[in-house]
Amino acid sequence: MDLYSEIILDHYRHPRHRGSLPRPSAHIVQHNPLCGDIVKLDISVKEGKVADARFLGAGCAISQAATSLLLDSIQGKSIGSIEKLTQQDAADLLGIPVSKAREQCAQLGLTALQKAITIFKQKRKQKR
Amino acid sequence: MQKLGEYIKKQFPIFSRRVNGHPLVYLDNASTSQKPRAVIDAVSEYYATMNANIHRGIHTLSEEATDRYEQSRTRVARFLNAASPSEIVFTRGCTESINLVAATWAASAIKRTDRILVSALEHHANLVPWQELARVKRARLDIIPLTPGLALDEKKYRELLSYKPKLVCLTAQSNVLGSIPPLRRMIRQAHAVGARVLVDAAQSAGHSKTNVHFLGCDFLVFSAHKMLGPTGVGVLYAKKEILETMPPYQFGGDMVEIVEPRHSTYRSAPWRFEAGTPNIAGIIAFAAAIDFLESVGFDAIQTHDADLLSHARSVFGSYPHVRLFHPEGESNSMLSFAVDGVHPHDIATVFDVSGIAIRSGLHCAEPLVRLLGVEATARMSFYLYNTRSDIDRAARALEKVFKVFQLPFTKRRS
Repeated sequence: MDLYSEIILDHYRHPRHRGSLPRPSAHIVQHNPLCGDIVKLDISVKEGKVADARFLGAGCAISQAATSLLLDSIQGKSIGSIEKLTQQDAADLLGIPVSKAREQCAQLGLTALQKAITIFKQKRKQKR
Repeated sequence: MQKLGEYIKKQFPIFSRRVNGHPLVYLDNASTSQKPRAVIDAVSEYYATMNANIHRGIHTLSEEATDRYEQSRTRVARFLNAASPSEIVFTRGCTESINLVAATWAASAIKRTDRILVSALEHHANLVPWQELARVKRARLDIIPLTPGLALDEKKYRELLSYKPKLVCLTAQSNVLGSIPPLRRMIRQAHAVGARVLVDAAQSAGHSKTNVHFLGCDFLVFSAHKMLGPTGVGVLYAKKEILETMPPYQFGGDMVEIVEPRHSTYRSAPWRFEAGTPNIAGIIAFAAAIDFLESVGFDAIQTHDADLLSHARSVFGSYPHVRLFHPEGESNSMLSFAVDGVHPHDIATVFDVSGIAIRSGLHCAEPLVRLLGVEATARMSFYLYNTRSDIDRAARALEKVFKVFQLPFTKRRS
């Protein structure tokens, strides 16, 4: 069972950055219609960087571990660099190849994160 | 019993392949069934020996293809115990059959403030078209709820019938729970208040005898691919007097009589509903699937399904972490389950590594899965080629799930 590596099971059982933020810069709820996985993500952006990001969610080990690993990797990163992240980057974080059928699970967190940044930028634009 | 299981597996070429190094165990029959050699041969025989378009050529091939196509219609009519082949419309699948009724009969019969009644057991195909029609017509969509025991609440059904719905849409068998509602009684009650009744036989048609005359339903829909036939073939049965009054569905070749530059007249039913070139090969091969099923016999299939279900319930029910979704009343041929702390997608992935195909997720029946109080379920669904040892292999994969996810108490209760 290569897919369920120690690291994936560890992040599934003990997700990092779990929770929500009191005054998030952006909030998003992202579903995976295929299996009903859900990620609710809050980000806090300061000076163009992600100061904090928290998620609540429910779903398969892949979707939840991938989100946890992703949030681990982007703390303090600039929003520009997060926008440039690719599906491959998200898959690489898992450290094992993901089958076609499970790709959507592996991508759920990244989709949510990049949409949250889009929402943040729209809000910033409206304020100006 | 001897006829089914291991013996009949030999007639399905797919079982000679291995999946992830293991012989295939296919327990996803409610999604689609595997195809016997006879059906695969019928598809290639059409293309190899009589490929031509139907209802138009004067040449020999076209005549042969048309004959075989219309023989399939007669075969389906006999299979359903319909009054006449002209009550049978071929479509692309069960979903299209329902959309056809929604776009033609229902679009003209359902008016603002009318009610449409559907059951809480429906899969998306028999729910979303009615949501959409209700929205467009500003009609009302009522849902027959479930009892705490997951059966259709017949008391609530009678209450909802008292509002005199125009249309009642009922599944013949749930694709999540396997439950089989008391259709004949429910149809009679609907007719007593003047409603038309559409039966979705997608899950039942390949597992038990379908008799439209006995049921008395106005419409009945199903797909060929869940009953050993090819994909891309569906059936709409409609009572003759209704079908004849229905406006056409799609427009174009094959459904017309006389075409003038600015005006056309349309053929009679059922051809009026079959515009364009249909899935000729699939429809011809569908007759071979029906022949196959009837030669085995529905009594034998139902007995076999019931044996597998009871074995699966006793084996899977013996693990402390496993929840079985076991509806009250009649049910057959599938078992939905959940494992505490493990998402069904992860269960399905571990099963797949052992060469075992099951379905996981929402089963195209999201509202029903939500009613069960879970995010999703895993589902094993059986058919005539499955064996008790398939289920035993699934149980070994389940123990692997416990091991991978480090669940305690992974042994069966004795």
